[in-house]
Amino acid sequence: MRPAVSALACALLVAGLAALPLFVGGYGQGVLVGLMNAVVLASAWALFSGPTKYVSLATVAFFGIGAYTVAVLTETMPFGAILAVAGAIGVAVALLVGLATLRLAGVYFVIFSFGLAELVRQIITWFETSVNRTLGRYIFIDLSATAIYWMLLALAVAVIGTRWLIERGRLGLAVHAIGDDEIVARHAGVDVTKVKLALFALSALAMTLAGAIQAPRWTYVEPSIVFNPNISFTALIMALLGGATRLWGPVFGAVPLFFFFEWLSVTMPGQFSIVLGLTFIVIVFLVPNGVLDLAEKGLRKTRGPNAGDARHV
Amino acid sequence: MFEIRGLSKRFGGLQAVKAVDFDLAEGEVVGLLGPNGSGKTTVMNLISGVFPANGGSIRLGGRRLDGLPAHRIAKEGVSRTFQLVRLAPSLSVRQNVLLSLSFGARPVSGREAERRADEALSRVGLEGVGDARVPDLNYIDQKRVELARAVATRPRLLLLDEWLAGLNPTELRAAIALVGSLRDDGATILLVEHIMEAVRALCPRSIVMRAGEKIADGPTAEVLNDRRVVEAYLGGAAHV
Ligand SMILES: Nc1ncnc2c1ncn2[C@@H]1O[C@H](COP(=O)(O)OP(=O)(O)OP(=O)(O)O)[C@@H](O)[C@H]1O
Ligand SMILES: [Mg+2]
Repeated sequence: MRPAVSALACALLVAGLAALPLFVGGYGQGVLVGLMNAVVLASAWALFSGPTKYVSLATVAFFGIGAYTVAVLTETMPFGAILAVAGAIGVAVALLVGLATLRLAGVYFVIFSFGLAELVRQIITWFETSVNRTLGRYIFIDLSATAIYWMLLALAVAVIGTRWLIERGRLGLAVHAIGDDEIVARHAGVDVTKVKLALFALSALAMTLAGAIQAPRWTYVEPSIVFNPNISFTALIMALLGGATRLWGPVFGAVPLFFFFEWLSVTMPGQFSIVLGLTFIVIVFLVPNGVLDLAEKGLRKTRGPNAGDARHV
Repeated sequence: MFEIRGLSKRFGGLQAVKAVDFDLAEGEVVGLLGPNGSGKTTVMNLISGVFPANGGSIRLGGRRLDGLPAHRIAKEGVSRTFQLVRLAPSLSVRQNVLLSLSFGARPVSGREAERRADEALSRVGLEGVGDARVPDLNYIDQKRVELARAVATRPRLLLLDEWLAGLNPTELRAAIALVGSLRDDGATILLVEHIMEAVRALCPRSIVMRAGEKIADGPTAEVLNDRRVVEAYLGGAAHV
């Protein structure tokens, strides 16, 4: 009964979201694309970083790889095939990088993941200027904002659905144990490196596809545009606000913060980075476990001290 | 069945384990004794694969365990508890046990796994506590969860690192009976313990370490009267 109700609610939600662009104008459709992109990136970030607690700043590395692959392959093959190639490159980079770094302690991983985005950007810039002798590229792929929005919606469903499946199964146990204490996970028989690698690759695949799907909207791309580090920071902050360890946490963080950041970039573009940093600090101090966790605690309090308490002793 | 040869471990300038040799026969319960800092926990860490040894070999039923990663050692049938409890606090009590049942030696899943988890929990005295959150349990109950997680997979070798520490006399008697019942089921157990009452009751044979070296190995009563062992303990106590 209850699972059927949840499934129906999800189906209705997706149908409603899919119908949205039909009721708004061109500007509204652009906003919807941005919003769905935020949902995908925050959810993809949390897919790996939520349970494992490895803070990754590599989001834009994969996002940019996706966008740049489209820019390079534009007009050489159908868009679907380009997406497949982009996804394969994203996964390959994730596996390579993951093998080299996922044995590192958390702190080193943060720094490395940040460096990775810069490294990829520098390599592409060097390649473009010294081998190709041009920096930017034009993308000629005719896709409407609505089509792009639908693809991003499908990607969001895939990412959240994957997370839901993982949480339900035995892999979910492993993933949470890894976040709690890797020694415990290893001693229970979990191949920790393999699990982390798989999650990292899945998360990277979604980020790469998000960049690739949106590339046709820009018509002109350049490393400094598609490898903007703010993309990594905003995805992380959105997931943290909602709660990265929860299935719907990133969505609840992405929606309000997307509008906040949009407003910010229009009203005070010069101070964007400063406010971004402040937002991060405020979230870490005020809602370290995300607003969903806060809401749940508040609900428990109003229902009385023992409601929802799983204690049997 | 289980065989350690020349096992050694260095931490920087400190030789924590020095060329230790011993064998365990199938179904044997052996005490691993020694003063604080003598290397007992380090030996367990080497067996279970927390870190690699600097030398020596570890064999279980002819298979080499040294050099294997911890998860492979667990799959070979080695389970343990930790001197300071280690659990996954974001998982429920039952899920902590399901973790080893799902990934350890001879993994099981679904209803069978749930049944085995509850069976292991009731065996350690935690019947009906499966849905509780780990942080809501007291320290002793958390130690019980750890034992349930370790024994649920029916390990070939069980390593208990001061699992009986911190119990009151009544709890201690119950805990000794519990470990005794594991022995009766045929488990091979290596028991690190400072409580001599428990060692005498459970371990016909004991190994004693001092400063990383094995200094005695034999029937528990004889070993505890050995002059070197008595000196080791007095020497150890003098530092405290
Ligand atoms: N990971 C580590 N890094 C550095 N030194 C360590 C490490 N683990 C143990 N040691 C050192 O190795 C020596 C042996 O420690 P170990 O924990 O094995 O002793 P123990 O016999 O278990 O003592 P206790 O009875 O107090 O538990 C100690 O001097 C300890 O400080
Ligand atoms: Mg110890």
